Amino acid sequence: MHILTEAPMARVWMFGQDINTDQIVPGRYAPYMLKHEDDLRNYPFIEHRPDFAAQVRPGDVIVAGNNFGCGSSREYAPLALRMVGVGAIVAPLFARIFFRNALNLGIPCFTADLTGQLRDGQQVELDLEQGILHTDDGRTIQLPPPPAFLREVWAAGGIVPFYRAYGRFPGEHA
Amino acid sequence: MAQTLSEQILSRAAGRPVRAGEVVTVDVDLVMMHDSLSPSIIRVLHEELGAERVWDPERVAVVIDHVAPAASVQTAEKQADLRRWARAQGIAHLFDVGRGISHPVLVEEGLARPGMIILGSDSHSTAYGCVGAFGTGMGTTDIALALATGRTWLRVPETVLVRARGRFRPGVGPKDLALRAARALRADGATYAAVEWHGVEFLSVMERMTLATLSIEVGAKAGIVPPGVDRGQGTGDRDGLALPLASVPGWLTLQEAAEYSQVVEIDLDALEPQVSAPHTVDNVTDLSALGRVAVDVVYLGTCTNGHYEDMAAAARLLRGRRLAPGVRMLVVPASARALQRAAEDGTLATLLAAGATVGTPGCGACIGRHMGVLAPGEVCLFTGNRNFRGRMGSPQASIYLASPEVAAATAITGYITHPQELLASAEA
Ligand code: SF4
Repeated sequence: MHILTEAPMARVWMFGQDINTDQIVPGRYAPYMLKHEDDLRNYPFIEHRPDFAAQVRPGDVIVAGNNFGCGSSREYAPLALRMVGVGAIVAPLFARIFFRNALNLGIPCFTADLTGQLRDGQQVELDLEQGILHTDDGRTIQLPPPPAFLREVWAAGGIVPFYRAYGRFPGEHA
Repeated sequence: MAQTLSEQILSRAAGRPVRAGEVVTVDVDLVMMHDSLSPSIIRVLHEELGAERVWDPERVAVVIDHVAPAASVQTAEKQADLRRWARAQGIAHLFDVGRGISHPVLVEEGLARPGMIILGSDSHSTAYGCVGAFGTGMGTTDIALALATGRTWLRVPETVLVRARGRFRPGVGPKDLALRAARALRADGATYAAVEWHGVEFLSVMERMTLATLSIEVGAKAGIVPPGVDRGQGTGDRDGLALPLASVPGWLTLQEAAEYSQVVEIDLDALEPQVSAPHTVDNVTDLSALGRVAVDVVYLGTCTNGHYEDMAAAARLLRGRRLAPGVRMLVVPASARALQRAAEDGTLATLLAAGATVGTPGCGACIGRHMGVLAPGEVCLFTGNRNFRGRMGSPQASIYLASPEVAAATAITGYITHPQELLASAEA
């Protein structure tokens, strides 16, 4: 997984359950509605949690409750998170379309419930290669890897580089 | 081995029998893209994937419905680009401003048919399950990849069965069934799974679409109503859409012994009007348990409940009545054809006489961009499918989801009202 870099200390951003795509980026802030697609970077969680877009740093980790990313198919929701450099998202369950979109964009998503183990603002170090989270209070949390057939897409950094490299779909025999 | 409808459709496409849990790569029958995501889809297709042309322009539908007509110079410009692109690519099916929302339009046009695999750049593409197709929503990159190759990968889903028994009581309908199922399954109850809706063969195609669209609100990948069963009383073609149901392929059948991961039983005879309160779709209660909720706006529309049947149901209650003072009622038909039918039989005149206003067929304010967005503090009774905070405008607005009958009753009284309270006198 060469393209996934190890970040130094990263901040944990805690979110609740059923975080929907209208909370991540409201439809009114879609690139379709904007002058420049790049302006999207100003809008992740713009209404749900306005401090996020202002303070998030590359490599920061989102730790959320159940059913993260439910709702619409808008890929600009995970795209906005990628634009600000979100390093990984950890949730017990991801909504299906969001999971696919995030995978396609090369955003690491770990299916695990860490809501009771971390607190908002905590510093962590994420070793993506090993799927290990080191916390600032000295704990080591092993994250489960994505399903085997998707690991290749992950390693390639998204579905476009994967498809361009191999000319096939995940799970399809070479 | 007995199979669910999703297993049958994906087996046929994969060219081998497959079961839930397997991953398949399949040819897709139709790709739908709409104005909202098309600019980024086209960019990924050409610039990132390096494809010059779509794989088959006959199998691509482009619909301008999300901001229709354009609300700003930005959206107008992107729509102009999209029209040019569709022409240059020789796209066979371009549905422009005013034709309606992608989902009903593709069904009306006979493009969505039983047994097909249909990808849409829209999460409510589960809608195509109303004719027994496997419809599913995907994002920009997956849709661009499908446009380039005509293919996609899918994990064959487990299936959650929602089995209805009995018949709706007056003032109760498909929306109440769908919300009742969301109440039972919760917002994540069918994630990665398909939903099959059984016992609803008496519903019209567009009434079935109400069920199919709401399937995504419990996380489902597809939401399928078995097509073509019960041709006697079964009035799938009540609305003149006989074509899709007449074309049910012989290999697509309900198989008794198919395996379902979960079964939800709903007794229609006992079902009351359901209301989904802010701010999640699964926050559902019986209307009778809701208490008094005053509203500012009643919005009748969307791919879930903006169909002809929905306008007609509302008109039955509104006939000879007026909106409550201070209440606005917006009607945004799901399609031009629905609007035309409502115009022809007097439904539209009834709605207008009651004081409602009518918008261009399309998505309207469903996604909070134009044509009736909500102000802070406003309360909206909405026949759509999402009541997320900020969905229809201000995040300080409140959205309650309910049926067209509840919408009409509410428009008359000014607070969320059981249609039964008004039905008796409407029929007298
Ligand atoms: S009406 Fe609403 S839910 Fe349906 S396609 Fe349009 S925006 Fe999506």
